[in-house]
Amino acid sequence: MLHIKSVTCIKQDRCLFADLNFSLNNGQIMQLAGPNGAGKTSLLRIVAGFSAPDEGAILYQELPISKYYEEYARELLFIGHKTGVNTQLSAVENVSHWLQINGYSEPELYPILAKLGLVGLEDVPVRMLSAGQQRRVALVRLWLSDAKLWVLDEPFTALDKSGVAFLQQRFTEHLQSGGAILLTTHQDLTTHFSNLQTVTLEYRH
Amino acid sequence: MTRQHSYWLLFSAVFTKDVKLAFRQRAEIVNPILFFLIVISLFPLAIGPEPGLLARMAPGIIWVAALLSTMLGLDKLFRDDFNDGSLEQLIASSYPLSLTVLAKVAAHWVVTGLPLVLMTPLFALLLNLESSALTATVLTLLLGTPLLSFIGAIGAGLTVGLQKGGILMSLLVLPLYIPVLIFATSAIDTSTMSLDYSGQLAILGAMLLIAIISAPIAISSALKVSVS
Amino acid sequence: MWKWLHPYAKAERAYQLCNTLLPYFAVVTVVSMIVGWVWGLGFAPADYQQKDSYRIIFIHVPSAILSMGAYSSMAIAAVVALVWQLRNAELAVIAIAPVGACITAIALITGAAWGKPMWGAWWVWDARLTSELILLFLYLGVLSLYHAFEDKKSAGRAASILAIVGVINLPIIHYSVEWWNTLHQGASITKLDTKAIDPSMFWPLMVNILAFAAFVGTVTLIRLKNEILQREKHRPWVRSLLNKG
Repeated sequence: MLHIKSVTCIKQDRCLFADLNFSLNNGQIMQLAGPNGAGKTSLLRIVAGFSAPDEGAILYQELPISKYYEEYARELLFIGHKTGVNTQLSAVENVSHWLQINGYSEPELYPILAKLGLVGLEDVPVRMLSAGQQRRVALVRLWLSDAKLWVLDEPFTALDKSGVAFLQQRFTEHLQSGGAILLTTHQDLTTHFSNLQTVTLEYRH
Repeated sequence: MTRQHSYWLLFSAVFTKDVKLAFRQRAEIVNPILFFLIVISLFPLAIGPEPGLLARMAPGIIWVAALLSTMLGLDKLFRDDFNDGSLEQLIASSYPLSLTVLAKVAAHWVVTGLPLVLMTPLFALLLNLESSALTATVLTLLLGTPLLSFIGAIGAGLTVGLQKGGILMSLLVLPLYIPVLIFATSAIDTSTMSLDYSGQLAILGAMLLIAIISAPIAISSALKVSVS
Repeated sequence: MWKWLHPYAKAERAYQLCNTLLPYFAVVTVVSMIVGWVWGLGFAPADYQQKDSYRIIFIHVPSAILSMGAYSSMAIAAVVALVWQLRNAELAVIAIAPVGACITAIALITGAAWGKPMWGAWWVWDARLTSELILLFLYLGVLSLYHAFEDKKSAGRAASILAIVGVINLPIIHYSVEWWNTLHQGASITKLDTKAIDPSMFWPLMVNILAFAAFVGTVTLIRLKNEILQREKHRPWVRSLLNKG
């Protein structure tokens, strides 16, 4: 459903990647690998539609995302390096604000937050939580969203072992229901995904 | 999960978040007012306390102080959202960004512009402004301060991705404030002569309408550039 | 419009276009500037009131007209850059901006120099001078915004947005300043300008305006060529061009 067509990205006079082609289908998970500075995050931001590629195009369901961004945005869930969690607000406020700006009706949030190990921390300002707990507040979206395509930049950062396993279990569910995942991570995925593809970006000088 | 498309829900969600955050850190509301008050009290100290002179200069003083104090909150308008990634989430939501931006500007005005309007009688008292001019001052601030928020938000959107955007933003925005300053002060001036000042108010109103329609487009494209 | 513009979306074609146009602009600049200055400064009759000091209009008026003209062309380039996503148009925006700023500064300095014998002061808050000063601020805003960005791609787009916002505001600013001016002081200053101009002064003035327009065009083309080369320096066509030279 997602096609990356001969995409080139040049940053500060350095060509990060040129003429990159791959596609991602329903039920597939793709891991971007490569050393720091190879352009993994830049590629994710291009796929999410925040920046335009210097050449080439991103097609979603055969349509260019630059033209049909609003339709694409409805199918996309992006969690970046900066997670979009406001540290002045509590976990519940953060999650319900995210639901509102995406047009979801609000479900009972406490059971979901409890599932992610945030019992008793729901109404504390997020800045009081640990890094791993803050990450969990952002990841709650994966349990609430109905988006088909997940684009995740280092989702396992700061998570403990059980958190990583729990997240990968959610990945499996999403893939089984026909979704697709594009992610970067330096950790190896511990669960075995039958549909795992890896794209490696080399560091270019 | 059911999902519905309601522009009003988006507007109120963004608006209430910003207002709620401002009320949690009360300094954000109180500081611009204090700044305004201090700037105004500097003028009698600088030019002398003679009531006639102060009354003559009051429109200019009030409006220059208003320009400067709305500048204070502008730098923060998008910066927190930019730093924590909320801006990316707003862009990647399926709503048009210009609507989101409209809500944020409205929140900025409620937090910084509206308090100034409400405090005007006090400032008028300090500067010996005639009571006939008080209504004019309130009306110009009511029409003019939202205009300042809209124009300023363009500058804030353009500079939010820069490390030291604050001063640059004032350089970009202040020249664009000049028409507001001219028409607002002239309306107050005219009212002190007990003449009809509805013309100036109409122009301010027209500029506000243009800003409501066109500024959100400029602001949202500026934000998209800053995020990319 | 798009069909017409499309070939110049390629940097190489745009570069060639600059090369083709440059000699024409350069020749027109040199010829008309020599003719205009010699005619205007040497042969046009002196003003019966202002004597020879009026001759500064042969520099002041063209630069004032061109300062506005350059801003409009910058804004047109900015619209093209944003609507059709043409990188070369962004480069044109940033190629014009410093030229426009300089020409605005010339208009301000010559205006002040003219003001000294006329009004007895270097600076008077005359409507036109004030508008010109604000125009300079707008130019400087575009320039400093462009240079504040490290990523020159974002810089070009941000500068384009600001140029468009500025051009929408420019007439509002201009009329508000004019209105403010008539409100606050008598019309004694503006009277001089509205007086009909004698043909013996009019024609050299026209030649000078043409000279300034061609001059702005020439400098902009040279700057645009450099900007294109700088941005495309890793492309094969620039490499082969450099090897040839």
